Amino acid sequence: MSSLSQTPPIVAPVPRLRRRARSAPLARYALLLLFAVIVLIPVYVLVVTSFKGVLETDASHAWSLPHLWTTEAWSQAWTQLSPNLGNSFKLVIPATVISVVLGALNGFVLSKWKFPGADIVFTLFLFGMFIPYQAVMIPLTTLLEDVHFPAGIPRLAFAHIVYGIPITALIFRNYYATIPNDLMEAARMDRAGMLRTFWSVVLPISMPAFVVAAIWQFTSIWNDFLFAVFIITDPAKWPVTVALNNTTGSLVTPYNLQMSAALLASLPTLIVYVLLGRYFMRGLMAGALKG
Amino acid sequence: MTRLRRVRRWGPGLLLLTPSIILIAVFVYGLIGWNIKVSLSDWRTSVKSTHYAGFAAYKDLNSDPVWWSYNMRHLAVFTVAFIVGTLIVGWTLAFLLDKGVRGEGFFRAVYLFPMAISFIAAGIVWRWLMNPAPGDRTSGLNAIFDKLGLHALENQWYLGQNWGMAAMAMPAVWALSGYIMALFLAGFRGVPEELREAARMDGASEYRVYRHVVFPHLRPVTLSALIILGHISIKVFDLIVAIGGKQVITMVPAVYMWINIYDAHDYAKGAAIATLLLLGISILIVPYLIFTVRSERNA
Repeated sequence: MSSLSQTPPIVAPVPRLRRRARSAPLARYALLLLFAVIVLIPVYVLVVTSFKGVLETDASHAWSLPHLWTTEAWSQAWTQLSPNLGNSFKLVIPATVISVVLGALNGFVLSKWKFPGADIVFTLFLFGMFIPYQAVMIPLTTLLEDVHFPAGIPRLAFAHIVYGIPITALIFRNYYATIPNDLMEAARMDRAGMLRTFWSVVLPISMPAFVVAAIWQFTSIWNDFLFAVFIITDPAKWPVTVALNNTTGSLVTPYNLQMSAALLASLPTLIVYVLLGRYFMRGLMAGALKG
Repeated sequence: MTRLRRVRRWGPGLLLLTPSIILIAVFVYGLIGWNIKVSLSDWRTSVKSTHYAGFAAYKDLNSDPVWWSYNMRHLAVFTVAFIVGTLIVGWTLAFLLDKGVRGEGFFRAVYLFPMAISFIAAGIVWRWLMNPAPGDRTSGLNAIFDKLGLHALENQWYLGQNWGMAAMAMPAVWALSGYIMALFLAGFRGVPEELREAARMDGASEYRVYRHVVFPHLRPVTLSALIILGHISIKVFDLIVAIGGKQVITMVPAVYMWINIYDAHDYAKGAAIATLLLLGISILIVPYLIFTVRSERNA
């Protein structure tokens, strides 16, 4: 997701994702392992370099393990980035929560409580997910300034919530499409209104979609650089991505500090990924536009 | 009467969606219109101006040497390398996993994890890997090639004159191959087992089963992958900033737009670049969206 900010969604229904494990030819394992090693090379570099002392970061020690493991670069990175990590959390948590709640309501209406033209509205929403945000950035910053929207993190959070509407609506709509309509009909027979139906019939079975949408928004907002760099003008309010780019952009920053800072800034999304990776994959598939 | 009842039925839904409809209408469509207006204005300094100036900013772009011979050429090289690379790697990984192997969960997790990392953080380590320094400052991948005696492979990476942007695509391939693998894996497994079985019963070799049964089923997935990767490529921004900074040798439109705003304060020109980016993406995305929604309705 790289900045999956970057990265909207997909296609295809979600078929059985798993197949019965069986032993495969050795050559296939060899290839799979080779690819895994290649994918993990940057991780090796990050981890190993981040624990080196500054004297060992020169070219002649490039690929070797540290002779002396030290956390000096880590504590430096922490000193430099901890205020910005704080900013990122203050940004990501409320923005994710609001996004996801909005997404659940929107997805519900767009799949189970449709009004005439709902599909057209949905299509118009979806377009908003693919646009290059540069195409709204100048007016967006001007407008938020003109209406005196509280500067700093609230502004950035607002932007993420607004531009997160399409993707979260998509995730919930695709999920709710799998709920049988009979269930809705039953609620209707009981003369339950819309909110009542949502609250007591739909919400209790929505957990998987909430997890997927929350992971998606958490990762994209945490990793975002584009909105932050345009919207936040006060360096003290920078989220961690902007601060990270600023710290490491200069060539005089030693590699051990660059790598530990990059790892530190990535830890929250990595932890989410390790704990909830299964949902992450499902999120990718469910973000799917049926194609 | 029935009409009233019908409205009562869907009315609350529309009401609930109204705030989001307004937000999207204003912040997506309204601001796009506003941005186009800025691109047609004479707002060329840090002092805001709304006077109409026609296509002056677009004409400036057209005669700007950086636009065609750097931005556009770079974007073209990057896009081809990125799309071809990601499709090949993603497809291959899905193909290798298709029949189910022990440890599939592990492999999938490894291939997919780069997606959890920001391009800013990934860019830092890739800048190290693609260090172009020569002589005894040789580092990163070049140092490995050096040790293995593969001197022919040592290169300037993203600072290369002609193909630097192909090297720039490597981190992007690394980041998104897992995603494309997930797409293709879903595609492979969407082929009903009975179809494969039937072909085998008819005496088809495993090669022919893939060639004539499985691969044709992957066409819609491939198209989606192309469109998704294409639109990511047109928008590429953070990766370039993280690795190349603001250098002209790695300049792409999204970064050029940012520089025009932040360093040159040329708002009309920045807005013009943004409008062109939007145009490029719309050509790709609009038919795709219409097709997708229409086929969903027919399903």
